[in-house]
Amino acid sequence: MASDRTFGFRTRALHAGTPPDKTTGARALPIHMTSSFVFESAEKAADLYALRTYGDIYTRISNPTVAAFEEKIASLEGGLGAIATASGQAAQIVAFLTLAQNGDHFVAAADLYGGTITQLTVTLKRLGIETTFVPHGDPAAMRAAVKPNTRAMYIETIGNPGGRVGDLRAVADAAHDAGVPLIVDNTFASPYLCRPIEHGADIVLHSGTKFIGGHGTVIAGAMIESGKFPWGSGRHPLLSTPSPGYHGLMFSETFGEYAYLMRARAEVLRDVGACISPMNAWLLVQGLETLAVRMDAHVKNGQRIAEFLASHPGVSWVKYAGLPDNPSHALARRYLPLGAGSILTFAPRGGRAAAVAFIEALQLWSHLANVGDAKSLVIHPMSTTHQQLTEEEAAAGGITPDMIRLSIGLEDADDLIWDLEQGFAAIKRHAGAAAR
Amino acid sequence: MILSEYSQLRELIMSGRRIAVVGASASPLRASNFVYKYLRAFGLEAYGVNPAAPDIDGVPCYPTLAAYVAAQGPPDIVDVFRKPADCPQVSRDAIAAGAKAIWFQYGVISKEAIQIADDAGLLVVFDRCLKVEHARINGGLSIAGMNSGRITARRS
Repeated sequence: MASDRTFGFRTRALHAGTPPDKTTGARALPIHMTSSFVFESAEKAADLYALRTYGDIYTRISNPTVAAFEEKIASLEGGLGAIATASGQAAQIVAFLTLAQNGDHFVAAADLYGGTITQLTVTLKRLGIETTFVPHGDPAAMRAAVKPNTRAMYIETIGNPGGRVGDLRAVADAAHDAGVPLIVDNTFASPYLCRPIEHGADIVLHSGTKFIGGHGTVIAGAMIESGKFPWGSGRHPLLSTPSPGYHGLMFSETFGEYAYLMRARAEVLRDVGACISPMNAWLLVQGLETLAVRMDAHVKNGQRIAEFLASHPGVSWVKYAGLPDNPSHALARRYLPLGAGSILTFAPRGGRAAAVAFIEALQLWSHLANVGDAKSLVIHPMSTTHQQLTEEEAAAGGITPDMIRLSIGLEDADDLIWDLEQGFAAIKRHAGAAAR
Repeated sequence: MILSEYSQLRELIMSGRRIAVVGASASPLRASNFVYKYLRAFGLEAYGVNPAAPDIDGVPCYPTLAAYVAAQGPPDIVDVFRKPADCPQVSRDAIAAGAKAIWFQYGVISKEAIQIADDAGLLVVFDRCLKVEHARINGGLSIAGMNSGRITARRS
């Protein structure tokens, strides 16, 4: 609250966190490219270091341009606050390490983004943090997988690449019944299409690289927290017992609802060092200003391309929650009423060879490993983003050798469809050549 | 009157310079100490009321609200860090001290104490943090990447 009026999403996208500059009156957000900030006095410096007053010390911990982005994304997600990071993977590890240490445990959906799975099964496992993966993020099975040392549950709003829509409310209820928070990766939906906190999530993660930046220019991440989880319950000793990293401070007692965000910034971001550049935060602010109009255009093109593929004779299957026969369609209508995003997977008839021939014949679709660009993108997950997964992990994630992932951009839909037809034509030529 | 709208809190915070922090701890690990030091760092006339602490970092701390008033005069805001059961008496003390407002911190919720203060015409805020609301208004929350809720195209 800071106004008696509740402003709408588009207004907040333009104004939250970015009032005119106090000092100069600059209307656009200034880029504070500085590593450090001069102290007013030795006493004020000591107060800043002890977290007794608010202010900037060093850009690894906070920076005014970065804070403007953080406040804007926190406002759009309906959170208490946010922390921007160097990448989505960095946001994720900051979220994990704020809650868990050696000997702790997470419960996660099995069909998460491949990079998330390897962060959990390789890097966090080496640190002594175990994860139980639950097929399809089934709420009852996630609840059953909770152990006394479980610190959080983790799901995605829209799965990458399978496109399964998470049942946010059911999993949030399961998590809260078990006394743990729910972490949701909301990258594929963006806060315009879905705000997981409204459906019970406690922590929301983003790869800012995708729709938030929106133009394929920047690697960045963000973590938003609701401020509603009882961090002082004792379930998270890192937040409720004296911290050796802050002269015995107990974050939940001293900072109340701000405990999680304060520890995440003051200890974890400080120690991991995965901060965002002020320049990159500025690019994310430019992206957020137009998020609503871009997402409307993305989902319009996404729906059109999905319907084109679903009716194409050269297609063996399409997964897009905006299609009525998709298993996630009902959940998409509930959690994504403005549209099911603009990322889909499909398989052309003819298996892996056909998929590769298709991708190599495209002219407008950029063959690269990203999503959420204004430009349309294409990739073959099995040989790229999900290559490091075992066969079992890939199968659990619904990754098949014939799968192609599309990120549908803002070009004219007719041009995109024209180009996809070039891909189907190439498959026919390829099959013909193979037969001879 | 119980205050909950932003504009009401803003008016109270902008006009309240003299603050008695009841239950202010001398320990730098306690929330009450953080809030107390934050208010003083902003140049507000904040003093502790705590019989267990003769001073906090060399600044006088008073055993009772009456002792505070004898030394400093009536407070604008009595900021309360006490367990709810103690709060009805704090409300009565605040009324006797001639306070304009009483502010019960996070989790300090006593319906009886709120009723007593409200009936006596004090402005009442409860289950909020004075430091957080002060920082919301003066930009501190924004510096920390928190959602202040401020939406304005005016230069501050």
